[in-house]
Amino acid sequence: MTQAQDRGPPFPQGLTEPAVIQFSQTGSICTASARGQWTISGLAEPDMALRHWQPEKTQKVVFDLGTLARQDTAGAWILHRARRDLRSKGIDAEYTNVQSEHAALLARVGMNDQPAAIEPPRSGTLLMALSEIGRGVSEAFMEGRALLGFLGLTMATLGRTIANPSSMRWTPLIYHMEAIGLNAAPIVALISFLIGVVLAYQGATQLRQFGTEIFTVELVAISVLREIGILLTAIMVAGRSGSAFTAQIGSMKLNEEIDAMRTLALDPVEMLVLPRVLAVILVLPMLGFISDMMGLFGGGVMCWLVLDINPALFLQRLHEWVPLAHFWVGLIKAPFFALMIGLIGCYEGLQVEGSAESVGRLTTKSVVEAIFMVLVLDGVFSIFFAVIKF
Amino acid sequence: MRDASKIESVISIRGLRTGFGDHIIHDALNLDVFRGEVLGIVGGSGTGKSVLLRTIIVLNRPLSGTIRVFGQDMANLSATERLAIERRWGVLFQNGALFSSMTVAQNIMVPMREHLALPDALMNEIAAMKIAMVGLPPDAGAKYPSELSGGMRKRAGLARALALDPEIVFLDEPTVGLDPIGAAAFDALIRDMREALDLTVFMVTHDLDSLHAICDRIAVLAEKHVIVAGGMDAILNCDHAWVREYFHGPRGRAAVQANR
Ligand SMILES: Nc1ncnc2c1ncn2[C@@H]1O[C@H](COP(=O)(O)OP(=O)(O)OP(=O)(O)O)[C@@H](O)[C@H]1O
Ligand SMILES: [Mg+2]
Repeated sequence: MTQAQDRGPPFPQGLTEPAVIQFSQTGSICTASARGQWTISGLAEPDMALRHWQPEKTQKVVFDLGTLARQDTAGAWILHRARRDLRSKGIDAEYTNVQSEHAALLARVGMNDQPAAIEPPRSGTLLMALSEIGRGVSEAFMEGRALLGFLGLTMATLGRTIANPSSMRWTPLIYHMEAIGLNAAPIVALISFLIGVVLAYQGATQLRQFGTEIFTVELVAISVLREIGILLTAIMVAGRSGSAFTAQIGSMKLNEEIDAMRTLALDPVEMLVLPRVLAVILVLPMLGFISDMMGLFGGGVMCWLVLDINPALFLQRLHEWVPLAHFWVGLIKAPFFALMIGLIGCYEGLQVEGSAESVGRLTTKSVVEAIFMVLVLDGVFSIFFAVIKF
Repeated sequence: MRDASKIESVISIRGLRTGFGDHIIHDALNLDVFRGEVLGIVGGSGTGKSVLLRTIIVLNRPLSGTIRVFGQDMANLSATERLAIERRWGVLFQNGALFSSMTVAQNIMVPMREHLALPDALMNEIAAMKIAMVGLPPDAGAKYPSELSGGMRKRAGLARALALDPEIVFLDEPTVGLDPIGAAAFDALIRDMREALDLTVFMVTHDLDSLHAICDRIAVLAEKHVIVAGGMDAILNCDHAWVREYFHGPRGRAAVQANR
């Protein structure tokens, strides 16, 4: 056996004698002699040489393989391809001096000469781009309809569960309330506090120019209570928990767990979707409330530091000038946002198919879609409240 | 077929001890795999066949003992030396372990792309040839693993394992989950590949028909080591209780008769 040192990397048997192809002409016969190690690591050069080789005025080509030191399927393939291409041009091409251990491989490679597709077909024309857009739009509509159907399914299941409360899955419900609500409370509180601080600071600097810095209190309170507190919370929950729903349900789908549930006569909507959707609906208003309070707290702290409005004055101003309606307007939106987030998260999870990549793609999609829908819904609410002058 | 003077041990395992925590899986295990043979590894569930395979291909660290592959001690190799050895073997994992974000053809090209500087056209041709060699239809090349059946996935996994023309292939239960016709075809494929490419095959299997049809030698794993290794006749004459039950049980007898 050879010593370890002789077999240097990267290819132990290779590199001592590179693969070479040499052409020589005698009369009308052209000889291509292959020498060296025809193994996959060193074939780039002979591959190019043979691919671009155009024998001239030749009736016959002979591949002399007598001095071929070693050959693998890739080496055999290149020789086979060269001979095949010559023959297809009407030139007589043969191997000679084939060593017995190489003959079988050449034959086997010849048997397996079939082109194969590498990638699914795709073309990049303008028409393709247009039809791509068209398909995107129609898919968006289909998805909207499917989501509506999913809403109906979830509501029907909810109705059945209310009629028969013993079928409610309490343990997952509590578990998800903890995961979505309790565990998110610190980060929601922190971010809301910071937003309150920033709003108050910006408001104070701008309003001071007009000598109306006292209105900073209203600015902070109304924007936080009406819009920012709940929007921020919804976006956080969509990113934190909506994505988790999609990934959890999606991995279960890949693992055929959903199919297993169906065969055991268990309803995946009841087992997986309902606890999650209910948990978000129950928890989002609470998180929204925390966000409101922390936003006001941050604003109050900043007012005290920058404007010398002390907490007592801040509270008094809040009490006199900011109607409670703003608080309710904000909070009433929470369950609707929650329903959106929960439904989209679970729905996209159930759409997972095939591969791990699909889990990733749909998780991204579910977060983007949920945040988009929350903002659209918020717009609809704004119009609604403006119309009823609330 | 092989003459005795040419027998060379490509893998030799001496005094191997592996375990997880204080759960010892192998103890004082010795095993040789000879060049050009198909070695079948059998043993009850949980006796550590997969762990043995993973230990040889350095996915698990042994607690003690030496594993020599191509005469080199796997424990004392530098990263580049190890890479050089790793390119000389191919592994087919139990479920194929294809990269799910790539098509079958792209999967097969991964080792070529990563380790070699070859023109794209040549890589495409080689991938197409490997697809044909493992008996997949040409249109399978552009399919993603999730669009394949279990048997096709196994074939695609084998094609990827064979991409760099390895000298040893490791197969973990290659015929599990295939129908009998598919399993027999897979056996034939492995036998053909072995003949054509001069492969050494290390195969974990429970499939009695595979053992009869393609294995030159069989090693039985029990009681934390290889209790017997040898040709089918030697195994059939072994009087260890588990071996008797395995090869002389109803299924074992049926397989013996079928392959007579
Ligand atoms: N990563 C791990 N951590 C802890 N224990 C493990 C690990 N992998 C395997 N084991 C244990 O090692 C033992 C052998 O496992 P192994 O997978 O090798 O069995 P096997 O012989 O391949 O069985 P089967 O025929 O069922 O595939 C088992 O008891 C298993 O619990
Ligand atoms: Mg196993």
